[in-house]
Amino acid sequence: MSTIEQEMVHAAEGGHHDHHELPFIRKYIFSTDHKMIAKQFMFVSLFFLVIGGLLATMMRWQLGYPSQPMPGGMLLPDAMMAPTPNGAIMLPEFYNSLVTMHGTIMIFFAIMPLLVGLFGNLLIPLQIGAEDMAFPRLNMISFWLAVPAGILMLSSFAVEGGAAGAGWTSYAPLSASGEWTGVYLGQQLWLASLTILGFSSLVGAVNYITTVINMRAPGMTWFRMPLATWALFITAILILLAIPVLAGALIMLLFDQTLGTGFFRPEVGGEPLLWQHLFWFFGHPEVYILILPAMGIASEVLSNRARKPIFGYHSMVLAIIGIGFLGWIVWGHHMFMSGMNPLLGTSFMISTMAIAVPSAIKTFNWLATVWKGDLHLDSPMLYALAFVSMFIIGGLSGIFMASTPVDIYIHDTYFIVAHIHYVLFGGSLFAIFAGITFWYPKMFGRMMNENLNKLHFGLTIVLYNLVFWPMHNLGLQGMMRRIYDFTQYEYLAPLQPMNEFISISVFLLVAAQSIYAFNFFWSLFKGEKASNNPWDSNTLEWTVPSPPPHGNFPEMPVVYRGPYEYSSPESETDFYPQTTPPPSKPPVQELIPEPVTPTPEGF
Amino acid sequence: MNWSWMLPPSFSTVSGDIDGIYYVILWITGITFFITEGLLFYFIFKYRHKEGRKATYDHGSTKMEIAWTMVPLVIVLWIGVVSKGVWDTVKVDVPPAGLEVIVTGKQFEWNVTYPGPDGALGTSDDFETLNELHAPVDQPVVITLRSDDVLHSFFLPEMRIKQDAVPGQDITVWFEAIQPGDYTIGCAELCGIGHTTMGGTLTVYTAADFQAWSSSQAQQQQP
Amino acid sequence: MTTQAMTAGRAPMPGMKVYNLKLGMWIFLLSEVMFFTGLIGSYVILRFAHPEQFTEPGVVLNVPLTAFNTFLLICSSVTMVKAYAAIQQGDQQGLKNWLLATIVIGASFVGVQVYEYIALVGEGFVPIAEAYHAVGRHMPHDGPVVGGQLYGSTFYTMTGFHGTHVSIGVLCLCFTYWRAARGEYSADNLGGVEIMGLYWHFVDLVWIILFTIVYLI
Repeated sequence: MSTIEQEMVHAAEGGHHDHHELPFIRKYIFSTDHKMIAKQFMFVSLFFLVIGGLLATMMRWQLGYPSQPMPGGMLLPDAMMAPTPNGAIMLPEFYNSLVTMHGTIMIFFAIMPLLVGLFGNLLIPLQIGAEDMAFPRLNMISFWLAVPAGILMLSSFAVEGGAAGAGWTSYAPLSASGEWTGVYLGQQLWLASLTILGFSSLVGAVNYITTVINMRAPGMTWFRMPLATWALFITAILILLAIPVLAGALIMLLFDQTLGTGFFRPEVGGEPLLWQHLFWFFGHPEVYILILPAMGIASEVLSNRARKPIFGYHSMVLAIIGIGFLGWIVWGHHMFMSGMNPLLGTSFMISTMAIAVPSAIKTFNWLATVWKGDLHLDSPMLYALAFVSMFIIGGLSGIFMASTPVDIYIHDTYFIVAHIHYVLFGGSLFAIFAGITFWYPKMFGRMMNENLNKLHFGLTIVLYNLVFWPMHNLGLQGMMRRIYDFTQYEYLAPLQPMNEFISISVFLLVAAQSIYAFNFFWSLFKGEKASNNPWDSNTLEWTVPSPPPHGNFPEMPVVYRGPYEYSSPESETDFYPQTTPPPSKPPVQELIPEPVTPTPEGF
Repeated sequence: MNWSWMLPPSFSTVSGDIDGIYYVILWITGITFFITEGLLFYFIFKYRHKEGRKATYDHGSTKMEIAWTMVPLVIVLWIGVVSKGVWDTVKVDVPPAGLEVIVTGKQFEWNVTYPGPDGALGTSDDFETLNELHAPVDQPVVITLRSDDVLHSFFLPEMRIKQDAVPGQDITVWFEAIQPGDYTIGCAELCGIGHTTMGGTLTVYTAADFQAWSSSQAQQQQP
Repeated sequence: MTTQAMTAGRAPMPGMKVYNLKLGMWIFLLSEVMFFTGLIGSYVILRFAHPEQFTEPGVVLNVPLTAFNTFLLICSSVTMVKAYAAIQQGDQQGLKNWLLATIVIGASFVGVQVYEYIALVGEGFVPIAEAYHAVGRHMPHDGPVVGGQLYGSTFYTMTGFHGTHVSIGVLCLCFTYWRAARGEYSADNLGGVEIMGLYWHFVDLVWIILFTIVYLI
């Protein structure tokens, strides 16, 4: 049988999977089922999200109470905290590691695997009507590469010299040799960890792209795909093309540190700016990797909870593609002050200004989606609305730093830190809360407790803004990033009360997350049982049980319309699922395209 | 706690222009912020679910798409064009120097080299200061910025000057102060354990006072 | 299995013009393009920025030997095409023979590269910055140093990663040969051979580009 015939039979039978129960280890540990892998990514990522939050909490102690003994500090080793009669004071080298590892863990081990590993795996096959990913075993490998990467990253705290301390951006020459930071093995573990994680992301991307191109159910044309799938598809392309460049850079830096090559070491004729170009050529697409899936999730939740079609679906798709495409030509805006040719600064400024436009288009379309809707303000909707609101702030603040002369002043200050967190926390993380809450029933067959989520939402949205809004002001006052003790600067000493205010808000914000964590685990056992389609949604994942069986769809689904037919006059209810046959159309069989008969040698 | 979005005072010939662009952007983004967030909250309130409410079945409007594509595009490109002029003034068009110095960053200090009485750098009468930059008012100070080890970033907040110091490169930075006084020098690029201690002082003198300071320094540092 | 049986009671997938395995391999190769672009691009940038650290290729590198090695690799692409053509006709023995030929030639390529590396290291052309003391081919060991550490660093990184890709390809080809020996391929089921071919041709193409940029320019 030809390869194509094999695959078609496989698909037509809804998967050839075993009729007997899989052993525990095949079902829960080394699973090839995309839904299980999605959950695996979720649990591991949420763990790292907590770690990243704890690292930030320690950083904020130092910033709120510079060089004062930290509660619990005596529990940490002398290499991190200097013991004194009154308690342990954080050392600057540990502060630099905290800064570095907070960013690294949040970006690579929390947000990315949540958006791409969890939602990519969970949603893509279900939303396009496929039984699983194109390469289920490769999918399993993708997860099981991420785990050792995470272990390596965490282990770097325990080695001599401590964890990497050159920032998550790891600029050379600081990062190229331990003589500059005092960190040797820690920096190498950081590089090795991210290289392995890169492979994990890469094979995931190959899987996602192949699946979306090849495994859409009949009738699921490109412009009937939900925006979540579109966003994840474009994100996968960004990962595919950007991660290999990062891998090359990481390897070259690792060689500089271990083999003695001199790519980035100016003392032997190397070129420090090359690191920045390579890193940011990856790094800018990376930040769109971190926001596009969040935008897709927001679109799904907003449209569904407003009971209204997404406004401007085609424009939304084009905007996603536009962001994905333009994201490749703006990387130099991270390097305006780097010593790069100023003429390049101007060209990067123009492209950076241009990339604000597709994000603006999406924001206006979200507003128009909500306009004249029928807004059910339950917790997924609240999180999704918060996404839009916070993303507006994060996006607008970006315009300041896109302007090269203004960037002279605000580059490497807390204004940038504010921008980063408005888009990554206010944006991505709120969308993640929306997505987990919205698809929780599909994953676990139970609803999360709505009141606890509303409480969590209320506390988080307020405390989050108390933390990050004033960082704009700190930056405007001239406070630099990655600074262990800003009171060393006379002009910054008056900023201590604001820093203390932020730190206290952080402690409360972190504490408030326990409500969501509690709800998450409590609902696994005690949550109200969920129907197939608790949100009255149109997309394909809601036509199957919660959770779906192995193989997802007992019969091949056929798609008749787009995903956002809410409040349609053609439907008696306020939703119209994609796979519901229209009443007046001819029987199903005539709609199915003639199956292609493969020629003997295959395609 | 200072919640103001006004910039702290600035004291160079270019800082007025830089601050000006900031305020233009602040106005534009501020108005946009209030309109969009205002609409969002208004819609949430007005269209929240009530018994009997039905959403409008509306897929979009090409006219609106064009409008809210073109308007932001024109605005941001205009900001870019306006910014370019100021950027060129600061980074490209270096004026003839009133004072030339070399600033070398290293872990964790700034070394400043002055030309001495003969007015030329690289001669035997050059002298140095540590973590201090002394300059005359109303004259362009042209700095050759270097690093001895890792990346640092030379930051004069009140002059609105910032430039990374790259080991292996000589980078030109200039400013012209408009008022005598004491100002801040900072390092704005993570450079290691002592990054937080790389502060310094920029002291701007009247021309006569600078002359006096310079001569006495040169005398003191003669071998 | 007939089309009827496939569709009995179920709607089939829309006709897949390019089956999953092949599409997946093409997509993976796109990522490999980006990987080598990063490395080769860095080389080009470094060479323009610091020309004094590089030399005319023939000064240090053994261009004739590597040209022969390039020819070998191209031959192995030909044998790979022959292997695929064989199984398209259902010729099991032909498939095995031509696969074996590809493996042998591919392994020889790696072998020649290892030999080349040893010779270069002996001349002082190393990737270690502080130990770089290349004097050029056939020059006395105490002669003046030519080029600089960036030349060594970039050369070994680019060609080393390419050689690694070839080696992994050879190992995968051995696996393909093993499956062929078990009769797992046929005219109707040759996806595994086809994607190996794609990978192999890609590795060859990268080498031609690399050879041109590093050894000829």
